[in-house]
Amino acid sequence: MIKKYFFQLIFLNLFFIKEVFAAESGGMPQLNPEFWISQIFWLTLTFGILYIILSKLILPKISSNLELRKSQILENIEAAEKQRNDADTKLKEYDDIILKSKLEAKNIFKEVREKTLKNINSKRENLENEINQEIKNAEQEINLLKKSAPDKINKIAIETSSEILKNLIGADVNSSSISAIVNDLSKRNRNKYYDN
Amino acid sequence: MAANPMTQFEVYRIGPEIKVGAFDISFTNASLFMVISSLAILIIFNIGSKKNSMLPSKIQLLAELSYTFVSKMISDTAGSKAKPYFSFIFSLFMFVLFCNMFGMIPYTFTVTSHIIVTFVLAAFIFIGVTIIGFMKHGFGYLKLFVPSGVPVVLLPLIVVIEIISYLSRPISLSVRLFANMMAGHTMMKVFGGFVISLGIVGGWLPLSFSVALTGLEILVAFLQAYVFAILTCIYLNDALNLHH
Repeated sequence: MIKKYFFQLIFLNLFFIKEVFAAESGGMPQLNPEFWISQIFWLTLTFGILYIILSKLILPKISSNLELRKSQILENIEAAEKQRNDADTKLKEYDDIILKSKLEAKNIFKEVREKTLKNINSKRENLENEINQEIKNAEQEINLLKKSAPDKINKIAIETSSEILKNLIGADVNSSSISAIVNDLSKRNRNKYYDN
Repeated sequence: MAANPMTQFEVYRIGPEIKVGAFDISFTNASLFMVISSLAILIIFNIGSKKNSMLPSKIQLLAELSYTFVSKMISDTAGSKAKPYFSFIFSLFMFVLFCNMFGMIPYTFTVTSHIIVTFVLAAFIFIGVTIIGFMKHGFGYLKLFVPSGVPVVLLPLIVVIEIISYLSRPISLSVRLFANMMAGHTMMKVFGGFVISLGIVGGWLPLSFSVALTGLEILVAFLQAYVFAILTCIYLNDALNLHH
C-alpha cells in the first residue's frame, strides 16, 4: 500500500517540475545593460571609499600593531634570556659560596679540634705531672712517717709505761731506764712489725 | 522568490530613480550589497585594529591573520617591490571575499555574480598593471611579449600568442569569478527547486545535495576571491619584475 502511494507521489511530482522551470524565458539578467552604469558607479564609489579608508587608516594601524607586538615579544624574550643568564651566574656564585663556606667550616672544625686536642693533652700532662708530684710528695711523707714512726711509738710507749708505772708504784721512775728497756724491746721486734 | 533560477540575479531599484545626465545611477540591490560588504569589512577591521593588546582578541586575531595572509601572498608571488600595492590587493581580496560570502546567505544578492562588476575590477587591474609596467620599464615592457630562448622562426607566432593572452587577461579574470559565482548559485537554486517539486517523499536527495553544495559554494567563494587576488599579484609581478 505504502509503496503504491510512494510511486504515485513521485509520478505526480514529475508533472510539477515543468512548473518549477516554467518562468525560464528572461535569460541572464547579467547581460541586461539597464543597470550597468549604476553598478559601475556604485562599485567605484564603495570600493574607492573602502580602499581609501583601509589604506589610510586601518592597514597602517594593523601593521604598526603587528610590528609593536613583534618587537615587544623580542624584547621580552631578550629580557627573559638575560634574566636566565643572570640567574645562572647567581646560582653558580651561590654554589661557589656554599662550597667555599663548607671548606672553611671544615677547616675551622679541624683547627678547633686540633687546638682542643692539644689543649686537652697539655692539660692532661700538667695534671698528670701534678698528680705524680703529689704522689711523690705523699710517698715521701709516708716514708718519712714510716721512718719516724718507731721513734714516736717508742716515745709514746715510754710515756705510757712511765704513767702506768707511776700509777702502779705511786712514785716516779727514772725515765732513762724505761726508755732503755723500750728501745731494747723495739729493736728486738722491729723486724716483726716493719718489714713488710 | 520565483522558481526561475536566474531571477536571483535580477537587479532592481531601491528607492527613487537617480539620473545624472543620460546615466541612471539609481541605488539598487547590487549597490546595497556592495555597501553592506564594504561596511562589514570596515567595521570588522576597525574593531580588529583599534586596541593593540599583547594577547589579541578574536576579532583582532582575525584582522591580523588576514593581514599576514595577504601580505605573505603578495610577497610570495610578486616580491618585495609589490609592497606599495598591498592596500589595493588587500581591499580587492576582502571586497571580493565579502561579496561572495554575503551572497551565500539565502535571499541575498551576489554582487560578484554580475559580469559588469567583475569586468570593471579586472579592467581596472589590467589598465593599472599595464601603466605600472610602462612606467617602470618604458618601452622595454614590450619585451614581455618576446620570450627569451625562442627560435627566430617561431617568434612572430609567439609574439601574437603572447599579445592575445595578455589582452585576454581582463576577460579571463572577470569571467572566471562571474561564471563561478553564477554557476554555483544557479545550481543551488535548481536543487532547491527539485526539493519543492519532489516534495516530502523524494525531496530529501536534492536537499542533501543542496546542503553539500552550500559547503562547496562557501569553499568556491573563498577560493575565487583568493584566485582573483593572486592573479592580480601575478600580473603585478609581470609588470614589476620583467622576467622574460
